[in-house]
Amino acid sequence: MDAALIPPGVKRCGFKKFIIWISFWGLVVLWGLYGLALCWGKGLNQTNMNNYYGFALWIWADLGVIALGAGAFFSGFLRYIVGIDKLKNIINMAVVVGWLCYGSALLILGIDVGQPLRAWHIFWYPNVHSMLTEVAFCISTYFLVLCIEYLPLVLENIQLQKNKFIHIFSHNLHEYMVIFAAVGTFLSFFHQGSLGGVPGVLYSRPFTFREGFFVWPWTFFLFILSAIAVGPSFTLLCTWILQKVTKRKLVKYDVLELLGKISGILLCVYLVFKSWDTLYWATNILPQKGMTITELYQGWFGPYGMWLLVAELGIFGIVPALILICPALRKKEFWLILGAFFNCIGILINRFVFTIVPWGIPTYPFDKWVLYLPSWQEWATTIMPVALGVIVVSLSYRYLPVFPQERELNP
Amino acid sequence: MGHNHEHQGSHAEKYVMVIDVDKCTGCGACAIACSQENNIPVRTDETDKYLSLNWLVIYRITNGKPFPKTKVAYIPRPCMHCDHPICVHVCPASATDKDAKGVVSQIYPRCFGCRYCMAACPYHARVFNWWDPKYPEGTERGFNPDVSTRMRGVVEKCNFCNHRYQRARDKAITEGRVILKEGEYVPACVEACPTRAMYFGNIKDPESKVAKLIKSPYAFRLLEKYGTHPSVYYLSKHEWVKRQTDWYLETQNKKQSHE
Repeated sequence: MDAALIPPGVKRCGFKKFIIWISFWGLVVLWGLYGLALCWGKGLNQTNMNNYYGFALWIWADLGVIALGAGAFFSGFLRYIVGIDKLKNIINMAVVVGWLCYGSALLILGIDVGQPLRAWHIFWYPNVHSMLTEVAFCISTYFLVLCIEYLPLVLENIQLQKNKFIHIFSHNLHEYMVIFAAVGTFLSFFHQGSLGGVPGVLYSRPFTFREGFFVWPWTFFLFILSAIAVGPSFTLLCTWILQKVTKRKLVKYDVLELLGKISGILLCVYLVFKSWDTLYWATNILPQKGMTITELYQGWFGPYGMWLLVAELGIFGIVPALILICPALRKKEFWLILGAFFNCIGILINRFVFTIVPWGIPTYPFDKWVLYLPSWQEWATTIMPVALGVIVVSLSYRYLPVFPQERELNP
Repeated sequence: MGHNHEHQGSHAEKYVMVIDVDKCTGCGACAIACSQENNIPVRTDETDKYLSLNWLVIYRITNGKPFPKTKVAYIPRPCMHCDHPICVHVCPASATDKDAKGVVSQIYPRCFGCRYCMAACPYHARVFNWWDPKYPEGTERGFNPDVSTRMRGVVEKCNFCNHRYQRARDKAITEGRVILKEGEYVPACVEACPTRAMYFGNIKDPESKVAKLIKSPYAFRLLEKYGTHPSVYYLSKHEWVKRQTDWYLETQNKKQSHE
């Protein structure tokens, strides 16, 4: 039925099967939209946030997807600025995933603020001293850059290409992509860093506070490093999942291996600095605030226990770093995917530690721990962008030439 | 923000609050006066205190010893109006500011409810309007016309009853004065305290009561180690009270006890 829209030379599943697949995810989106309508209609009393947990699941999701979506700008940087040509085979997928991640972040932020209709105040009355201002400016402009980067791929659709103007326009956009890659890299370095700065500048919260360089706390640099370490892993993982779902080979294995290698090297560098930072924080910053590290965790195995530290830096830090840095392990698909998956989990734990755990810690010696579990409305609105993402990837894969190597790999 | 401070750098007023913990009985009159004065709404179910709109909270602390050695103290906690206010630093929309007389204000129509300030404030002095404001029937007759009500989705906080300052200043200006006399401007909580445990005044006036009280060897501030420099001071002769208001490492404890 939609054969005329499918790129030539590739095979896609039947239209009926595709519609059933999209409908399933469409139902998840509807569930999310219901949660969204409740939050916008009745207010944030629909969540389980409170005066201690002003930041909660949504902020974690924002920071999480923005880190995972860093594959877009970093792949663009490596492909267009550094000139790693092999990445041209995955760059489209990286852009689609990045666009989804940043779109999700903006959507979730739109639900998270108490007065969404006043969201423009952040641009109209900006406080230049606030890390959040920098985040808002950079994320919004970078999302526009991602739209421009996504556009040539959309225009590559076989029917659109028949239009002469679109054909020439999309060709020219390709020519100028290096400029957008550079702008995207510049903006991304700043907002990835500023997101780290959001908790890092809080000298009133010893758990997240870090000293730093000039106006930037060390978390600013650590968030950039961790984002570029995890971004390629997430692009790799999404491509691998797409290959499994479609049962087709979409990129050559050496491309995935290269992404794993990039992630592995950067993760090792990140872990060196992160360990150094953690040690300095525990032995210098906390004593200055009159605290010990054990006071900031609920023992070893409590909900916010020190197991988080072991999981983040050990199981989901050092382990994936070792897997991804080792050429022999990278050659085996199982290990490559495990390494990439663990890498993503590790960075998501890091963002959890910086966006949810701090608000439960007693600030006064006489206060007690406060825990938080999200409401279904929060879960629904957080899962909704994932479902939207599946739909957008499915549509892009079906109707656009996302993978240049697909025809060659599936003769 | 910054240039305001420069313009008003020579301001002769800086207001601070001093609370004598040893005099406080925890009666709650200050908290009620605050709610009444500032048109703070009340829901039918206020059992979850983490969702309540209270600008002034009273913490109950004990020395942790079993009966009969148990001792109890109450810590009334308004906004600390920090001299180094992290909330002002982090607000992305410039919706909060510290004015020259020391009050950290909140611009409700500008706040868009990101709640970064709440995450930043270690005193939990900032609260969010999770619901549309509702008032028990009849209470609207007692509304304070000088204080605007707040809408759902914005952050609100204690402002040392700034409207009282404006009223007192208007009166002073009509009398040809610029600086207020001691006691002309006091927040509702201070006025309502039945044991006179709360003091308020201009610290730049060396003759004021607060200027003398903060020099007391028994004066301290909450969470001083966080570096926020609060404008609310507390007084207590009990070491165990002081110990519970800030974090002390064991090594520091030993050093201080030797001193």
